[in-house]
Amino acid sequence: MAMLEIDNLHAKIEGDEGREILKGLSLTVNPGEVHAIMGPNGSGKSTLSYILAGKEDYEVTDGSVTLDGEDLLEMEIDERAAKGVFLAFQYPIEVPGVATMTFLRAALNAQRRTRGEEEISTPDFLRLVKDKAGALGISQDMLRRGVNVGFSGGEKKRMEILQMAILEPKLCILDETDSGLDIDALKVVSEGVNALRSPDRGMIVITHYQRLLNHIVPDFVHVMNKGRIVRSGGKELALELEANGYAEYQQDAA
Amino acid sequence: MSADIRPMRTPAEQALSAALEQIPAGSGRLSDLRRSAARSFNEHGLPHRRIEEWKYTDLRTILREAVPVAGPAGVAQADAAAKLLAGAAVRRIVVANGAVVRELSDLDGLEEGLSVVTLADAIAKGRDVLSRLAGLSPSRYDAALALNTALAGDGVVIEVAAGAQIERPIHIAHVFVGDAPAASYARSLVVVGDEAHATVVETFEGPAGIAYQANAATEHYVGDRAHLDVVRIQVQGDAAVNLSTVLFEVGREAQVHDFVFTSGAAVARTSLYGNLIGDDSHVAFNGAVLLKGRQHNDTTLFVDHQVPGCESRELFKHVLDDSSRGVFQGKIVVRQAAQKTDGRMMSRALVLGDNAEMDNKPELEIFADDVQCGHGATCGAIDEDLLFYLQARGIPLKEAQSLLVQAFVGEAIETVEHDGVRDALIEQAEAWLKARA
Repeated sequence: MAMLEIDNLHAKIEGDEGREILKGLSLTVNPGEVHAIMGPNGSGKSTLSYILAGKEDYEVTDGSVTLDGEDLLEMEIDERAAKGVFLAFQYPIEVPGVATMTFLRAALNAQRRTRGEEEISTPDFLRLVKDKAGALGISQDMLRRGVNVGFSGGEKKRMEILQMAILEPKLCILDETDSGLDIDALKVVSEGVNALRSPDRGMIVITHYQRLLNHIVPDFVHVMNKGRIVRSGGKELALELEANGYAEYQQDAA
Repeated sequence: MSADIRPMRTPAEQALSAALEQIPAGSGRLSDLRRSAARSFNEHGLPHRRIEEWKYTDLRTILREAVPVAGPAGVAQADAAAKLLAGAAVRRIVVANGAVVRELSDLDGLEEGLSVVTLADAIAKGRDVLSRLAGLSPSRYDAALALNTALAGDGVVIEVAAGAQIERPIHIAHVFVGDAPAASYARSLVVVGDEAHATVVETFEGPAGIAYQANAATEHYVGDRAHLDVVRIQVQGDAAVNLSTVLFEVGREAQVHDFVFTSGAAVARTSLYGNLIGDDSHVAFNGAVLLKGRQHNDTTLFVDHQVPGCESRELFKHVLDDSSRGVFQGKIVVRQAAQKTDGRMMSRALVLGDNAEMDNKPELEIFADDVQCGHGATCGAIDEDLLFYLQARGIPLKEAQSLLVQAFVGEAIETVEHDGVRDALIEQAEAWLKARA
């Protein structure tokens, strides 16, 4: 059975009578697969990631999304996370006054509770964070501060990957994780993501540029335009796009 | 003023006037003060919404029904009622229904330089310090304070000798004991000598479902280069009325940190007065207010910069659930002589309930020309993007809201210096959030 099954998904901004953003998008992700979604600005890539994570500003007008056969769209936001959906944000938000450690622990324990598991003990939690943070070059000082408060763009992205490493989701959605990263930071973040690749885990990597896909090599590449996937292929498709741009697809879909 | 048309007296006003007539005749300053306060009350009555300072808190309507003055409380009941900071490393003095309960009060073994006596004792013994009582009077008539001056017979008198460093906080635990509505009046006086340091905590608690009224006033005199921390925690029962008046006179290069935590009572009003009379002092008035149901809380602050070089800081945080209402009126006056004044006032409200309301009224009155003064007020719901971020990591909505509310009030609570007291405040905020979830 597929892990994630998106079938003919139509969606628009809630309360907006106007145009649809997603217009019949279908995608299947199996465990162990990494899917890259590429496409021009405004093609609906970020909308797709928000709808999967459960953001309430969108209204699904048709189609379905299932995770392990369960209707994902019926689940609360936190329930989706507990079932294994993780969205690495394009712009991770600052949460002043909530210490990073408090946040990480609240998230991990909430997910465990929702799944009917025991909460993690303090020593186990500290050890877990220390191990994962070290690999991503995240200092103790950063962990003591408010979530993302005063972090640089690169630090925020590393913090997203740390959360991913600690929460161990089933389905990782990376929304333009490469934006705002310099070459070195891109390498650290990509290594963090690659370390999480596993036969049980699926990934959707959303990006504008082929560059990220040199580091996180996908199994499949999809081109998205005007709310649907217009072409799918292997990793070589990304190179083709890099060479030719999106113009061809934009014309086709118009 | 005589042209004012006074409306009909309410039952409460009539009862209060009757109580004021019972004040024993006597001679001396204290009797004069009481009679003069009683006269003021009889002239002005309870304030209503057309009195600017009480615009949002109409006491004539709120205190419509007369309640008797509370009788003495049993020792066991008072002990059971005083739960806040129980077991903390503080010097506890229990004031039940407006009178100190000696059996429950730690009046012996005082640190060197510290004197703690009951107001009743100070009066009986004619202590010199009483010359400071009612020495700090606001420029405008304040009904709550006038009633307190006229009717309070007991309270706590604290004196810290010059240079004394009193580590252990002095805790005045106000409790109401009884099963029928009644009013209590307590008056306290805190005199901190030059270069001395002390922490005074006043707490207010009592049963739910009983419309008792607690009127408490405390005057603080802070000497030159002295340091005084004051924390008030009001978690009274849901039908209670709390009228608090807190006055400060601050000397040269002194430091005063005042913090007010409120989550109790049906209606509460705290009037804070700060008179800065010595150059280069630093004062901070901060607070956290957490309300639900139909609770109403009014914090009204007057800071009077009379001399040059003083800094004042105010940070108030309101969290308003259901149909509750928060009021913050803050007025900073900078007199002509008070050059180089640095004043910053901020009030922030987080509105959780669909029918909750926040009224912010900051005022600056500046007569000096070389000052830095600013104020700000914000009012809004919890940021949806923040909530989404926390929920997307698996944190359920209510828990995510709690984390964000805690962070919001935490910024104010963090300003409390004493570790034990600060922890108690964080616990109170957590308890409030837990009761909500």
